[in-house]
Amino acid sequence: MKRLLLLLALCLAGTAHAASPLPTDSLYQLAVPLTDQDGHSAPLATRRGTPQIVSMFYTSCTMVCPMIIDTMKATRHAAGEPAQLGLLAVSFDPERDNVDALRRYAAGHKLDMRYWTLARTQPQDTRALAALLGVQYRKLPDGDFNHSSTLLLLDGEGRIVARSSIIGRTDPEFVAAVRKLAGS
Amino acid sequence: MRRRLPLLLLGLLLAGPTLAADYAPLPGGTFASVLPADGKTAPAILKRFHLRTEPVTNAEFHAFVKSHPAWRRDRVPSVFADGRYLSQWAAPDTLGPTALPRQPVTQVSWFAAQAYCESEHARLPTWYEWEYAAAADATRADARSDPAWRERVLAWYGRPSNDALPAIGGTRDVHGVRDLNGLVWEWVEDFNAMMTSADSREQDGADKLKFCGAGAISMEQKENYATLMRVAMLSSLKATDTTANLGFRCARSD
Repeated sequence: MKRLLLLLALCLAGTAHAASPLPTDSLYQLAVPLTDQDGHSAPLATRRGTPQIVSMFYTSCTMVCPMIIDTMKATRHAAGEPAQLGLLAVSFDPERDNVDALRRYAAGHKLDMRYWTLARTQPQDTRALAALLGVQYRKLPDGDFNHSSTLLLLDGEGRIVARSSIIGRTDPEFVAAVRKLAGS
Repeated sequence: MRRRLPLLLLGLLLAGPTLAADYAPLPGGTFASVLPADGKTAPAILKRFHLRTEPVTNAEFHAFVKSHPAWRRDRVPSVFADGRYLSQWAAPDTLGPTALPRQPVTQVSWFAAQAYCESEHARLPTWYEWEYAAAADATRADARSDPAWRERVLAWYGRPSNDALPAIGGTRDVHGVRDLNGLVWEWVEDFNAMMTSADSREQDGADKLKFCGAGAISMEQKENYATLMRVAMLSSLKATDTTANLGFRCARSD
């Protein structure tokens, strides 16, 4: 898929924000489509307008990934549960994490879907998204993944405001950044 | 449809591959990489693929930038390339005296390299594809056990990095591919999959939470310093980074 050749497609295709170009340091410059746990597909940039906590995970991971999801949940809680804050986790494993797997995972972890999105990319786009987020991952022969664990805080324009690799408990600086940005 | 509409909007339908680059077929198979597939001993398994016989040159990247002006250094979003992107060119659309047409293009980010390869209906090679191809010499597909091969590959790394880059034109290897060793560092598609710990003795140590799963992988074949240096360099990069010695070539799946 020609995501990178078409990096300006969003600006020209006429979204609600067509009048204001994306900042040059916005992650939403990458025209990567995401498919969520309900099967809806939309470009990453449709999240524009609301601050987001973003990370990557995969549903069959039993070690660190549940902690990533729990840490995102706990961060939102510690920041005072701001109404204007999205939580987005994208799978490393689009081959196994289809829409059903994402939906089951969301239900199993009792995620509040007013705020949460679990998503997959097309397999050929996962590497570019990870590169954009600064996340490292490697598929192992047994189907598991090695990966780094990073939480990113994006402002409404898709710019990285804060980054944390503390997993398993909340990172006070990251929580403070969320509180400041999403206000509550 | 999803792909064609933005293409139309960008007026790119007329701007196909900029130059007909040569791609050589490589047979693939089982390959003993310096990075075991399972982090321990498992060999890499490679499907047949095609590899660009030469790194992308300044002239070729110049043609790409002309047909895809979003990738000019004065227009590229900072989220895709750092401030030194194509800084060796005289102007955003001019090569000039410090960027000769047949020199490999450098100062390109991973995103820019990937976009270029897409314009040739290709992609960046994976690390395993690159390492497998680079193991060849003029007569053998895997010359790595030959001390003379190691010596020759390693000698390049001792050259001062501020010398001007030579032009493309090394000897073709057994696959018909040239300049994999001895010219520039090259991006690979999965540069962010290396996950080697700075000290690989720590692979089962304290940093478990940084790398979920088996932890950082170990590097094997310690005698193959040159290849290990490639891995160390690639694993330290961010996708927006550009350097004066880092170029790329493209690959296609069969």
